[in-house]
Amino acid sequence: MRYAAVRDHGIVVALAGLVVALSLSTGTFLTKGNLVNVLDQAVVVGLLACGMTLCIVCGVFDLSVSAVLAVSAVVAVLVTRSAGVPAGYAAGVATGVLMGTVTGLVVALSRVHSFIATLALSIVYRGLAVVITGGAIVYPHAGQLDAFQALSLPTVLGGITVPTLVLAGAAAACWVLLAATTLGRAVHAVGGNAEAARLSGIRVAPVRVAVFAVSGACAGTAGLVMTTRAGSAQAGLGSLLELTAIAAVVIGGTSILGGEGAVWRCLAGVLILTLISNGFNLLGWDPTYKQVIEGLLILAAVTLDRLLRRTASGSPAR
Amino acid sequence: MDVALEGIRKGYGGITVLHDVSLTLRGGRVHGLVGENGAGKSTLARVLCGAVRADSGRVAMDGEPVGIRSPRDALRHGLALVTQEGAIVPGLSVADNVFLGAGPGRLGGLRDPAGDRRRLAALLDRTGFALDPSARAGDLPLVHRQQIEILRALARGARLIALDEPTALLPGPAAARLLRLARDLAERDGIAIVLISHRLGEVLASCDTVTVLRDGRHVTTAPAADLTAADLMRAMVGRPVEMLYPEPAPVPDGAPVVLAVRGLSRGTAVRGVSLDVRAGEIVGLAGLVGSGRTETLRLVFGADRPHGGEVTIMGRRVTGKGPSAAMALGAGLVPESRADQGLVLVRSAAENLALASLPDRRRLGFVRRRAERLAVGDAAETLGVRGAGLGRPAWTLSGGNQQRSVFGKWLVRSPRVLLVDEPTRGVDVAAKVQIHRLIAGLAARGVGVLMASSEVEEVLGLAHRVLVMRDGRVAGEFPRGASAEDVLASAGLR
Repeated sequence: MRYAAVRDHGIVVALAGLVVALSLSTGTFLTKGNLVNVLDQAVVVGLLACGMTLCIVCGVFDLSVSAVLAVSAVVAVLVTRSAGVPAGYAAGVATGVLMGTVTGLVVALSRVHSFIATLALSIVYRGLAVVITGGAIVYPHAGQLDAFQALSLPTVLGGITVPTLVLAGAAAACWVLLAATTLGRAVHAVGGNAEAARLSGIRVAPVRVAVFAVSGACAGTAGLVMTTRAGSAQAGLGSLLELTAIAAVVIGGTSILGGEGAVWRCLAGVLILTLISNGFNLLGWDPTYKQVIEGLLILAAVTLDRLLRRTASGSPAR
Repeated sequence: MDVALEGIRKGYGGITVLHDVSLTLRGGRVHGLVGENGAGKSTLARVLCGAVRADSGRVAMDGEPVGIRSPRDALRHGLALVTQEGAIVPGLSVADNVFLGAGPGRLGGLRDPAGDRRRLAALLDRTGFALDPSARAGDLPLVHRQQIEILRALARGARLIALDEPTALLPGPAAARLLRLARDLAERDGIAIVLISHRLGEVLASCDTVTVLRDGRHVTTAPAADLTAADLMRAMVGRPVEMLYPEPAPVPDGAPVVLAVRGLSRGTAVRGVSLDVRAGEIVGLAGLVGSGRTETLRLVFGADRPHGGEVTIMGRRVTGKGPSAAMALGAGLVPESRADQGLVLVRSAAENLALASLPDRRRLGFVRRRAERLAVGDAAETLGVRGAGLGRPAWTLSGGNQQRSVFGKWLVRSPRVLLVDEPTRGVDVAAKVQIHRLIAGLAARGVGVLMASSEVEEVLGLAHRVLVMRDGRVAGEFPRGASAEDVLASAGLR
């Protein structure tokens, strides 16, 4: 119970502490420009982490998200070239959903552990991106560039960027899905004890496919954000971001063992990681140490989770 | 040599499975440990042999306290556990398994296959086991795996060996041989033997002293010669046995058949099982471990796919269509293990209660919270599960409340056929009585119940009629009031 309180509130306290520390130690942190920037930087990992939260709560990992991100970005650019910007945006997100669904079907039907299955698929997808682009960087036509990059612009809402609002929308949708729908209940149950869920009449495979589809949609959207920022796309885009997303989910306090977690937690995790980066920049510290701190944070979060679960694992029925 | 357990306490989450148990085990003696399922026998043996760590209490050998924090510590002090399944490494040979973790070998790290073989031959000679030293352990039947564990204990020079249900899976003659070996090891080698068993007859025949545990508490320890099976039974249950079971309401004449099973088969586990359950009827499934009870229930519910035969629920065929098809016709399964199959332990009790009926309270994909609170509240009230605990994770509940929650999952759906496997495994006596009343109450309201249990008394006490399973077949049928001896004989026990 004591540990549970640490996990429930510890992450919020840590986040607040970080904000206070940065506000006091730098003069630049609490400026509008910096805060807008921090939120904008959190968007890509934030989107991936929202999808990843659903997967991890459901007891599966999706290591294919950064590859899906790259393919979606490439498709968005190519479709923009041939059919215009709105079609390109739609194609980018649709590609993510489609690939996520395929990933889910492969995991559900092959029954290979999701960690290995999605690792293999991520290599396939990355290869696909190289095939589509021929290894080159792809651009929209010169005349389309301004319209294509409109997604990454600041808005009238205090300069907050459009991607930040996109993240807010996606996070809200995932949050509601996980916390208030019957599908969300099924996701929790499948992640907590798939056999008990199955014997309660829940169809486990479709639930798993659904979380991968959502994860794919998030990855596709993240790809769109990255490519509109850069004004181009390439096969190597976003490489290894899936690990950052998993780190953010875990730091936020979602259980790596499945069945427990929340979307707001991954947002807290993403913000902590982003603020650490931001702090190192503002303070002019050597970014090498940043990795050390991030790694230790992940370890601490997982250790805490294990402590919490230890009491749960040994039931006398076994 | 004496081994004294002093004030051993062990709990998991909200459940205390051992309450300050104290016990002395002597070298050269066979000490029986009996109790109902969940009484704490196995946990006590596992504490003694380092497999689980007690929350408090200590173990002393010849008066000297010894710290036992792991199986390694226990083995160093000569305390070994032999489990029913046999803790073996499947990919290694019999010889390698026997000498697993034993000493550094030659030159501080090299293996000594010739020496191992010689020592193993001597051990085989001493025990009379017929094992091929080079056979792959994973290919051997369970019986032989158990022998490997016994050999391993002897190879390590164990001074105390705890045998956990050693005869549960053995046919009669093999069980007798094993018990004779246990006696020999005690008398000839001065080893302290702890014998955990459900078979009271064999406990009385082969032990010097018997200890009874009930709900994690030490009830009595007495010389076997002064005890009868009835004494043990009374001590295990804590009250006269007959009083435990509610009399089931008579099945009305002309009550329709709600569940019909014909020729149901799957591999060698279930071979051509046929049975009928009528509305309001409780049909018991008795039989030994591995006789096919659990497998039959799972096939009926659709948890596994049958290879042959038919299942009809409420007049509709559901064979091989999966749990949802059976559930749609009003069937529910209370599975064998609530932790592995019944509950999502990390979720709240309320969510678990709601789990099997989510689609009934769905609007546009959303959970109708108020309807859910009402449905869950009603079920909790019927079950007698206290309201305050509903929001807590299921693993914090006591075994009895957990088990009731598994029943509750189906109560919310108003079932017409309830398949129940081991309804009261690992719950305390009070919860047991309540679960029995619950089952009888459901039947009285017209639910057809098919109930399997490894406790023959439970099946006989609750059911209108009892089917006995043996080697995957229905070997016999008994009316209410049959004797436990007849049922056990039919199951192939005696």
